[in-house]
Amino acid sequence: MTNILAFSETRLGELRRAGLETVTAARRVADATGGQVHAVLAGAPGIAQHAARLAAHGADVVLVLEDDAFANYNPEALTATLAARLGGGYRAAFFAASALGHDLVARVAARMKLAYASDVTEFVFSADAVTVAHPGYTNKIVQRFVLKATPALISLRAGAVLPVENAKAGTVETLAPAGDPTAVRVKVTLTEKAAGGKIDLGEAPVIIAGGRGLKEAANFKLVEDLAAAFGNAAVGATRAVTDDGWRPHSDQIGQTGRLVSPDLYVACGISGAIQHLAGMRTSKTIVAINKDKEAPIFKAADYGIVGDVLEVLPVLTEAVRKARTGA
Amino acid sequence: MKLAVCIKRVPDMEGRFKIAASGTGIDEAGLKYDMSDFDGYAAEVAIQITEKLGAGEVTVISLGPDVVQETLRKALSMGAHRAVQLKHDAPVSDGLAVATALAAELKDGGYDLILCGRMAVDTQNRSTGIFLAELLGLPVISAISQLNVEGGVVKARRELEGAYELIECPLPAVVTIDEGIARARYPSLKGIMAAKKKPLEVKPAHLGAITYQLEKMELPAERAAGRIVGEGKDAVPELVRLLKEEAKVL
Repeated sequence: MTNILAFSETRLGELRRAGLETVTAARRVADATGGQVHAVLAGAPGIAQHAARLAAHGADVVLVLEDDAFANYNPEALTATLAARLGGGYRAAFFAASALGHDLVARVAARMKLAYASDVTEFVFSADAVTVAHPGYTNKIVQRFVLKATPALISLRAGAVLPVENAKAGTVETLAPAGDPTAVRVKVTLTEKAAGGKIDLGEAPVIIAGGRGLKEAANFKLVEDLAAAFGNAAVGATRAVTDDGWRPHSDQIGQTGRLVSPDLYVACGISGAIQHLAGMRTSKTIVAINKDKEAPIFKAADYGIVGDVLEVLPVLTEAVRKARTGA
Repeated sequence: MKLAVCIKRVPDMEGRFKIAASGTGIDEAGLKYDMSDFDGYAAEVAIQITEKLGAGEVTVISLGPDVVQETLRKALSMGAHRAVQLKHDAPVSDGLAVATALAAELKDGGYDLILCGRMAVDTQNRSTGIFLAELLGLPVISAISQLNVEGGVVKARRELEGAYELIECPLPAVVTIDEGIARARYPSLKGIMAAKKKPLEVKPAHLGAITYQLEKMELPAERAAGRIVGEGKDAVPELVRLLKEEAKVL
């Protein structure tokens, strides 16, 4: 029972970066404790084309579940299939701490009466237990848990383990669904990418976020321009701004929104309410631009500019564009 | 329509936390407590459904020591009809054990729809509602941002990272509530008065086995103090230099 399972999340026929992160994490454990990495790849016919990338990141075996019933997320059929597979004996299983990853692993955990460590940032395997770190209390406290039962079920916070290539055989095996995958109660009828095909907040190395200091919705253009100048940036917002309908709720960073930790976070016209800080305080470098020098955001920031964001942003955008293009 | 809402009492996140001497809890001294944000949304959604139908009953349920009665009364003052406290004095960090107790209370209640918050903002486990559904053998749609219940069918939308999906399932069902559907209302004075007369039952909690053990809590490393680079747009060149040479992110 030393093998490690990695669930590799796909969407609309594409492999998500999170799907490589789980394989990389599983590989790291298998290299330390012995055993093989089995990656699960589920989707509509054609999904098997991604098996080679999973092999390149360390999968000894790629378990391919190809069926039209898995074109969209099929939680009940996946739960039955994974619970049956995991019952055959694994040391641990890694999932992404994504909306779908959480949904799936929690179902599997309850089905198998197993402990589930969610949103894990660190993990240590010892002979008879797995110890994990999981942030809580709006990321103000690190909670360390011990999982004794096997398999240990873990979902990984995006970016906690970055994809690393470490090629293994990646032998493709067919994974048959447990039961009829169309005889399910919960049906996803549509999956659609958000408009614009933008980089997701959880995956972007740079996030430019805007708050009320932008004064009106139209000024978010300045935030988008700066994101475009970086080229690898996503746009986020405070709850005040999403509540006012300037941006969709899915852009909200904070206690009740997305929890992000990019390499660079630029807070534009954001005062730094505790509710917002909860969602971004673990970013590696934080820049704040705000006209109120007493704003709490400056206490969280590495670098601050006191000034009107509407004046500073265009100049910063131009400077970043020059720095990026070397012009 | 019979609805149930599971709510958790959590500390106000505004404060600074200290770790208690036990090392496995927070020091509660001086903290204020309230309903977890997402649970408040769930209560609001359930109350709105009964208001729209002009019929139905919302039961709110919370597991914990007697102080959770205060949180249950708040939900009653928002418009829920009755409350159940599953009395358990020690803190529990295992969502599966909590879900087992909730399932034991809810399984024979004849509920059409059970609502939970997407996650408790203290433990951030995001799993209790899904565990509960699985233990009850009910379909569940988690982390939804839109909800429509009609003709015995739940239709919902879930935000994904950079995408969304539309999902359906039959009633009875469990849903967990994300941002986007509703904000918890502030109780009116009339609601607060009415809540005092609404039924609040206290029952023992029948927790499941603890399989997820909290070993210790720690405060994360403090960030080094930042600095103000300058004022206005003239500070941009220095900021860009620091991002390039010091932070190496540009």
